[in-house]
Amino acid sequence: MGRHEPVVDWATDFDHTDDAYVADPFTIWNELRNSCPIARTDRYQGAWLPTRHEDIAAIAYDTDRFTSRSVVMSEFRAPVEMAPQGIAPPISSDPPYHKGARRVLLPAFAPQAVDKLEASTRAYCHQLVGALRVEAGDGGVVDAAVGYAQHIPVRVIANMLGLPETDGERFRGFVNHVLEGVDKPMEERALGMMDLFEYLQVQIDDHLANPRDDLISYLLAAELDGSQLDPFQVARTVALLLIAGIDTTWSAIGASLWHLAGNPADRQRLVAEPDLLPTAMEEFLRAYAPVTMARLVREDMDYSGCPMKANDFVLLPFPAANRDPKAFDRADEVIIDREVNRHAAFGLGIHRCAGSHLARMELRVALEVWLAEFPEFELADPAAVRWSAGQVRGPRLLPVRIG
Amino acid sequence: MIDDERCEGHGRCYSIAGDLFEPDEIGNGVVRRDGTVPAGREREAELAVENCPEQAISLVED
Repeated sequence: MGRHEPVVDWATDFDHTDDAYVADPFTIWNELRNSCPIARTDRYQGAWLPTRHEDIAAIAYDTDRFTSRSVVMSEFRAPVEMAPQGIAPPISSDPPYHKGARRVLLPAFAPQAVDKLEASTRAYCHQLVGALRVEAGDGGVVDAAVGYAQHIPVRVIANMLGLPETDGERFRGFVNHVLEGVDKPMEERALGMMDLFEYLQVQIDDHLANPRDDLISYLLAAELDGSQLDPFQVARTVALLLIAGIDTTWSAIGASLWHLAGNPADRQRLVAEPDLLPTAMEEFLRAYAPVTMARLVREDMDYSGCPMKANDFVLLPFPAANRDPKAFDRADEVIIDREVNRHAAFGLGIHRCAGSHLARMELRVALEVWLAEFPEFELADPAAVRWSAGQVRGPRLLPVRIG
Repeated sequence: MIDDERCEGHGRCYSIAGDLFEPDEIGNGVVRRDGTVPAGREREAELAVENCPEQAISLVED
């Protein structure tokens, strides 16, 4: 998988694309938390990995000393000239520009707007489980990631943005390139990025010529500080929504189904007590939080005894924060009726995931529909499960046997 | 009460205690009515406080 040398010393030479980290980051975080809570590496031209809740939170809140100009760790760093917008505003923007760019988006992702998408999401999930039921027959095996989880956010975000549903495969290609190809050479990454923006340019031109009731047309008409957003800025925000909205949610749905496939008592309880799902869902989000963000160090400084250099990356593994025993009782156990659960799956501070309400709706509906159709299922071959590499973690192959 | 400076719109409060909180147009939490917790709703209010990722909610004794 990884194109880098295997990691031997996690405290001084970590690599989040290493096979061991992809397979089980939890053990690595737990060991680091007890021995060297902020790990470092010279890979990626210098980076740091905090593992305690308190450090991850403090860095997320510290937008002065840590910039969001690059939020995906690779060999590439967005140049300073791209500030204040960054590559994909508002996730790549810092204050004060960030607030307005985010404010434009938030109404489209508020709970009231998300509620209107629930019926179509549910209908689509029904369509998917119907097809899987036919594919599986009686006691057959289907892939819950490939045949179910990955399709749901693609369809939802395509409809929301106003992109052709039939382009789903292309979107997954873009996502895979941006988020999983982080250890590829820079030239190859740049070409993939150009493909994405060429695609979006065509779609945006079409929306300029034929405005309609969707998010792209809304953004093209939106104003920020008294002037309209320019089409290139809209393209960059749409790129963000497309990339950030897909494999994150797909991962959350997949990881929840993976847990339920391997823990029959939890599955049976949720089937018997569907009202518990919202609480259980928060626990799945805590325990299997898919997203790790990144920041760049703004200037050379000492942070908690770490000699950080300007432009070093800092990963913010929110799933590690969620497993810190200082922040959560029985942090390593999945307790589906955990009532007090102040998890950080959607980040902390000003960059709280703008799509969190949409993601929660998709996750809840996806699990409700799946459990109603397939109350009995189990891992068909635990060794065949494959997890994604990079900053978004979820199962990409998840064969399950339907009972 | 909700500290508007800290609230980032996670929405845990109005999901857990929809009778006590509601979303505004950008998804930030707003206290319903005058913010008085009705008798019997104390546990919901406490859970909203304890689940807010930004620790933006506080309960005030009259």
